[in-house]
Amino acid sequence: MTTMDRLVGAGVARIDGPAKVRGTAPYAYEQDPGEPICHVAVVQSTVNRGRISRLDPSRAEAMPGVLAVLTPANAPRLGHGLASDLPVLQSLDVHYQGQIVAVVVAETSEIARAAVGAVAVEYSAQGPDVVLSAERPDLYAPDKLMAGFETDSVIGDVDGALASAAVTVDATYSTPTQHNNPIEMHTSMARWDGDRLTMWDANQGPHTIVNDLVAAFELERDQVRVISPYVGGAFGSKAFTHPNQIVAAMAARVVGRTVVFELSRQQMFSLVGHRTPTIQRVRLGADADGRLTAISHEVVEHTSRINEFAEQTATPTRVLYAAPHRRTTHRLARLDVPPPTIMRAPGETPGMFALESAMDELAHQLGLDPVELRIRNEPARDPERDLPWSSRNLVACLRTGAERFGWAGRDLAPGVRADGRWLIGTGVAAATYPTRRRRAECRITGHGDGRWTVEIDGSDIGTGAWTALTQVAADALGVGLDAVELRIGDSALPFAGGAGGSTGMTSWGSAIVLTARDVRRELDEKHGGVLPPRGIVVKGGVPGESPHASDWSMHAFGAHFVEVRVDRDTGEVRLPRATSVYAAGTIVNARTARSQFLGGFSMGVSMALHEESVADARLGHYVNHDLAGYHIATNADIGELDVHWLEEDDPYVNELGMKGIGEIGITGAAAAVANAYWHATGLRVRDLPITPDKYFRELGAG
Amino acid sequence: MREFRYERAADPAAAVALLAAEPEGAFLGGGTNLVDLMKLGVATPDVLVDVRRLTSAEITDLPDGGLRIGAAVPNADLAADRRVRERFPVLSQALLAGASGQLRNRATTGGNLLQRTRCPYFTDVTTPCNKRAPGSGCSALEGVHRNHAILGPTLEGPGTCVATHPSDMAVALAALDASVRVLGADGERVVPMSGLHRLPGDDPSRDTTLRHGELITAIDLPALGMPSRYRKVRDRASFAFALVSVAAAVRVVDGVVDDVRLALGGVAHRPWRATVAEEALRGRPATEESFAAAAGAELAAAVPLRDNAFKVPLARNLVVRTLLQLTEDPR
Repeated sequence: MTTMDRLVGAGVARIDGPAKVRGTAPYAYEQDPGEPICHVAVVQSTVNRGRISRLDPSRAEAMPGVLAVLTPANAPRLGHGLASDLPVLQSLDVHYQGQIVAVVVAETSEIARAAVGAVAVEYSAQGPDVVLSAERPDLYAPDKLMAGFETDSVIGDVDGALASAAVTVDATYSTPTQHNNPIEMHTSMARWDGDRLTMWDANQGPHTIVNDLVAAFELERDQVRVISPYVGGAFGSKAFTHPNQIVAAMAARVVGRTVVFELSRQQMFSLVGHRTPTIQRVRLGADADGRLTAISHEVVEHTSRINEFAEQTATPTRVLYAAPHRRTTHRLARLDVPPPTIMRAPGETPGMFALESAMDELAHQLGLDPVELRIRNEPARDPERDLPWSSRNLVACLRTGAERFGWAGRDLAPGVRADGRWLIGTGVAAATYPTRRRRAECRITGHGDGRWTVEIDGSDIGTGAWTALTQVAADALGVGLDAVELRIGDSALPFAGGAGGSTGMTSWGSAIVLTARDVRRELDEKHGGVLPPRGIVVKGGVPGESPHASDWSMHAFGAHFVEVRVDRDTGEVRLPRATSVYAAGTIVNARTARSQFLGGFSMGVSMALHEESVADARLGHYVNHDLAGYHIATNADIGELDVHWLEEDDPYVNELGMKGIGEIGITGAAAAVANAYWHATGLRVRDLPITPDKYFRELGAG
Repeated sequence: MREFRYERAADPAAAVALLAAEPEGAFLGGGTNLVDLMKLGVATPDVLVDVRRLTSAEITDLPDGGLRIGAAVPNADLAADRRVRERFPVLSQALLAGASGQLRNRATTGGNLLQRTRCPYFTDVTTPCNKRAPGSGCSALEGVHRNHAILGPTLEGPGTCVATHPSDMAVALAALDASVRVLGADGERVVPMSGLHRLPGDDPSRDTTLRHGELITAIDLPALGMPSRYRKVRDRASFAFALVSVAAAVRVVDGVVDDVRLALGGVAHRPWRATVAEEALRGRPATEESFAAAAGAELAAAVPLRDNAFKVPLARNLVVRTLLQLTEDPR
């Protein structure tokens, strides 16, 4: 393995880049099934909770070009055991606004959309219940949180420690509902050949979609193939199966032709999940030197009537700082909302906003530099699991970031720096994300001519996996990039979990490395170390978590430093510069990794300043359900971003020492922005996003 | 999206005649707003008469130093025109503060004036809206209205409407005393900007005073002769509609305001010409105190809703700061 590290770490340009730039990389909507494609449009419920009392498709059915109108009365029955929103058209009951109540299949998308307007639907409905509050009497504790985390954690006597602390912070932070909104809307193209289903689909892992299609249509696994070579962003919204895949397959089966269902942008706000709003009370107790004695983080969030998605919001608080007395809790309300789902580092993203804002407030109370406060509370071991860290370099990230940013000599006082009418401030926050690995299988074929084919059902949702996995494979096989043909994004390939939880590289990359080792062993043992002319095929993989996962606490860490300018006349916020430093193990591709860090941080800025799905409490829908109303940061909102990572060698996490970088960039970023905003203005906005109206509200002038 | 016919006419008069016979028809300019509304089912014309190649796409000099802008001039070209940038910077800045490069390339001057409110209830056919479906009610009044009107709304009755006009360009044109040349079945007429857009009154379905089938052919800008500026505050740095914007021009002689033009965007159903403030400023010292008093006088009429009261201090600050910038650093 003398060539190891030759390619891993290099900033190899995307191997899929030229095809994407030329428009020849086929996304789901652009696949060619070899026959004319029918189009689907859906009728969606305009009420949140109730029952369809009348549904008349006759006018739509009579329109030229309409092939079928599916309703609860005539839709094929689906198999049992489907999750939450997947039993489409199986009942007259309505559980959320936007629920699909009828499906039109037509020769063109225009006809399908026109026919949607011709379907008459009436409901008997109750008023919507969509407003979350911490005072709701129906809050309950879920059995488990997302990803298997415990609902609550309690160590020591938190209330006693808070009562006797020299300094305390007690503040409530809130984050709004947010929608993932990748550029590519969810798209599913379905074709049946007899009882075999092929689906070209935008998702984060074809095998996940196969599972639900098998259950829905009562098929065997080998009757379903999901093909997803290119995906235009996902951010969690394409991790699980949503109604679009079920509808496309159902419609194709009914009309006996290939059918495509591409969501509209507006439908992205009801059919494919969102991030729950959160209300988070954080209490910190510290001694006069700033050493934490107690941490309490209590979370209230929502889920839908038909699924239980308990975002693991306070879990980073279980990891980040030392304190002898600690408590985290999560409570849910079931509301008449579409099912929430995974979005951009679920848990860490809203949770770190609250915790890292509270740490900033504590630093101010102590008159202590917020970087120093964090360093003083660095835990030697995982503070709740009582395990050693496989590696932890938060302090190094803070120190390196402070130096790169020019933090030294920072004035602690808020609201005292200005450049003309601009108030200027700087802020810091930590970042963290857990390191995990999932089961993944791999097949490597050595061809007699020295070429290699590496097959695994990994997924590139725009992250760079096509390139990074090819680098890993080339190094592991001891050959150049050109000798490796990677195949991913197809359920016909060996099993792998989806792109989620920042586990893609740690799982698929490990599977490739271990399978390549098997290849070399087989070559050495059976073929004298030489690839035989007829080639070889080797199957391998990883069974799941690292064997060290129960003995070591495994997390990536980072630190953000941000400068913010706030116009004192208008409350407009600008972010001229930021520095982020990460310690995330081995970085496989310096170029695509930098892009992921930039994107993650930019999403954090967007969360801090812009993103909010606004619900109408009376009408029950998300009012700003398009990209004109749902603001995402534009290029003009993002200043100079300095991204840096530390060398970190972690022998425990996986074969290549990778920690996964898809999500850590967003964690803590919103808090860094909010802390800088406070430092600029003296105003502490605890409810995101920080829009100009809140500037005037905090001033008491509007 | 329902089916529609697409027509072209030989000249503007033919286009006007064509649409006069089509009560459910509409003119098509750049289509950057109308086509979106058709996709959403908000606009349902059965005929589109394409006027993009019928009206002038030229900007020509008028004898007094003003400019005539053909209705088909793309927003991007208007913003970039050297004469506009030199003589009417407020207009160029307003255009560049709106939309995106791609949209400005496509959108026309005439169409920009006639774009419809972006009130999220207006653009959602599942919700009540008096502007879209007269008599159905105003969802924004008690609903989500952080970015709605504080001046001149209709707060009760069947005409209830708190929507704002979305155009930045129109705010600058209001301040510039532009006039709009309109061709109808009975010939041409000239509508001053102050008379083009309406307050909701008892009929919010009508944004303007134009009659069905009337076609905007050109906009005339009289000479300005004073420094001008546009400033827009929005929720992000680019590609968002105004929370509040201000178009201002001022001439100071011996420390006294000799002439002033002020218009506000994002605050009303039409571009809001701030005549009260202008009146209060003429002949007054060009000081922060005068500017604040004038802004306060204009905004005394504000009727903020539950969640948009911030627009009052924001508009006040914006007027004061923009006038100060113009008088301290006129460009």
